[in-house]
Amino acid sequence: MRILVVEDDKDVAGFVVKGLREAGHVVEHTANGRDGLFLAASEQFDAIVLDRMLPGGVDGLRLLETLRSQGNATPVMFLSALAQVDDRVRGLKAGGDDYMTKPFAFAELLARVEALTRRGKSEGPATKLAVGDLEMDLLSRSVKRAGQKVDLQPREFRLLEYLMRHAGQVVTRTMLLEGVWDYHFDPQTNVIDVHVSRLRQKVDKPFATPLIHTVRNAGYMLRVEAP
Amino acid sequence: MTDAPGERPGEAWRPAPRPDGGASSFFSQAGVRFGMIYACLFGASSLALAAFLWWSTAGLLDRQNEAAIQVDTQGLVDRLAEGGLPALIDTIEQRIAGNIDDDSVYLLVDSGLKRLAGNLDRWPTSVPADFEWTDLRIDRGGLKALARVHHEELAGGMHLLVGRDVESRVQLRGIVADAMLWAAVIAVLLGTVGAMAVRGLFRATLADISATAAAVSAGDLGRRVKVTGHSDEFDVLAETINDMLDRIARLMDGVRQVSNAIAHDLRTPITRARMRLEDAATTARSEADLRQAIERAQSDLDGIVAVFQALLRIAEIEAGSRRSAFTQVDVAPLLSDLAELYEAAAEETGQTLVARIPPHAMVFGDRDMIQQAIANLLDNAMKFSPPQGVIRLSAQAAAGAIEIVVADDGPGIPQQDRERATERFFRGESARSTPGSGLGLALVQAVAMLHGGVLRLEDNAPGLKAVVHLPAADPATGPQVPE
Repeated sequence: MRILVVEDDKDVAGFVVKGLREAGHVVEHTANGRDGLFLAASEQFDAIVLDRMLPGGVDGLRLLETLRSQGNATPVMFLSALAQVDDRVRGLKAGGDDYMTKPFAFAELLARVEALTRRGKSEGPATKLAVGDLEMDLLSRSVKRAGQKVDLQPREFRLLEYLMRHAGQVVTRTMLLEGVWDYHFDPQTNVIDVHVSRLRQKVDKPFATPLIHTVRNAGYMLRVEAP
Repeated sequence: MTDAPGERPGEAWRPAPRPDGGASSFFSQAGVRFGMIYACLFGASSLALAAFLWWSTAGLLDRQNEAAIQVDTQGLVDRLAEGGLPALIDTIEQRIAGNIDDDSVYLLVDSGLKRLAGNLDRWPTSVPADFEWTDLRIDRGGLKALARVHHEELAGGMHLLVGRDVESRVQLRGIVADAMLWAAVIAVLLGTVGAMAVRGLFRATLADISATAAAVSAGDLGRRVKVTGHSDEFDVLAETINDMLDRIARLMDGVRQVSNAIAHDLRTPITRARMRLEDAATTARSEADLRQAIERAQSDLDGIVAVFQALLRIAEIEAGSRRSAFTQVDVAPLLSDLAELYEAAAEETGQTLVARIPPHAMVFGDRDMIQQAIANLLDNAMKFSPPQGVIRLSAQAAAGAIEIVVADDGPGIPQQDRERATERFFRGESARSTPGSGLGLALVQAVAMLHGGVLRLEDNAPGLKAVVHLPAADPATGPQVPE
């Protein structure tokens, strides 16, 4: 994927660019808003990682608003030290697709950026999801694995749906909290792990190969082969 | 009265020096201004009183004179009708003779204006023959005087003048004018004294407020304005200022507490992370050792970041800026979702979560904040409950409020610690050994207070019962959220 990173702090930008490249992405980097806007408007990117406070007279919000007013719908992830709820709301209202605050874990950033790019493509009016021998019918809300019916609670169904929509990608605990429960805080207790483990009991345990994998220091991933 | 209180040694109240100085700065003092206003009002009211006195005394005399003249005239006219001209002349002469004060004026003339009787020598030349009332300058025996006279035409072309010497009224006017002049002088004097008294009082009252404000801004936060006990406007002002100073002191205390807490509670994990890295840098023998040390230092840093975020979040909530985003929230499904989220985790550790939630419970507030607050309470309950413990989450309506209760059967919080349990970074004896930042309850308290509610910590015998009391949403009148 082609990703544009607009970030003025040299060290942070260095780490983000290096990490994204190691994950196999093509990365462009600029350190000010004006160049960022020029690049974002003139070239095609799959995602933009955007700092809010930028030198050069064009800050992150202005950049994004200008971009959106030109009809450019490239997914944008804000990466900012402005961490208040109001800041987040402002960022999302301006057209941001996600908002992360500094300091951040790179694994979280990577997972979220990859989820962003996926969101744009596959969230069509799909009625069926399938990963390996696992099938989900979104209309009848039923799940089958290897032709065998799997009974799930409503919340377990939504958890599995989220994992399947992001199949092959790392999904962090925070992403699950936000995407499945719509919670915007981190509980002290390992509630997510417990729910994933329950889902595994139903989806993986009766079968020969596991589909839900734990990714160390990051989260979970649903895919056929182990990561 | 002087402005002595303003000259009390040591706490003299001085108006702030102004660059222009001189007279304009004197008149720009509020005390002087109030004094001048007082003097003006006093002078104006004195003048009004004098004018009224003048009008009522002089006017009364005039009206009395005219009435007497009219009666006199009527008597003489009647006399003429009864006894003819000789009787009239006789009566006039009797009246002149009987007039001890010598203030009456009579003149009877025939149709040729020739004098027939009376104490005037001749018909006054200065007046026409057909007037009814006039003021007449008369000269009687060398005495010049002013008279008010009435003219009556009699049968046979005769004219009768009846009048009263009103020289006394002129004198009265002089007396009243003098009196008013003196009164004006006295009014100015009294006004000045009064003005100075007002200014002095004003200064004396302001001196204390000013001295207190100066002391507070110089750093003495304990100073308070004296309340005189008269429960007047100045007392109300003093109490308001004292309330404000109390609140400032409390906020300052809070800030001091937080900075102390940051110094203590963040130093430890920072030190730990630093030592881990230093130790790894100098003594690690293998890459695996190094990696492990770095990972642990990383999780130490994550912990520090979490504490920072919690602190900032509490500060954000306490600042109250999110109140503008409040909406009607049904906490019932919110609590059911949380119960569902935590039930599984509780079962994992052998605990039981029992939820008793009504179908609807409307409050006016912020959904995310309430979620986070209740999640914090559930986190705490799970952390402190023993295995096999029972955690109860319930909600009920109570007199215009919704009470959300999280109860556990853990060690609870001892009575003496409950007050302080909601302070930032406070950790009870029994909580020292469990992981946590000591910010959880502080956040719950901040959320409750932002919603105009309270967090109550009660004894669940055994265990802790945390009650979040939130005012219920009233769709008719809107929420009663204090500013």
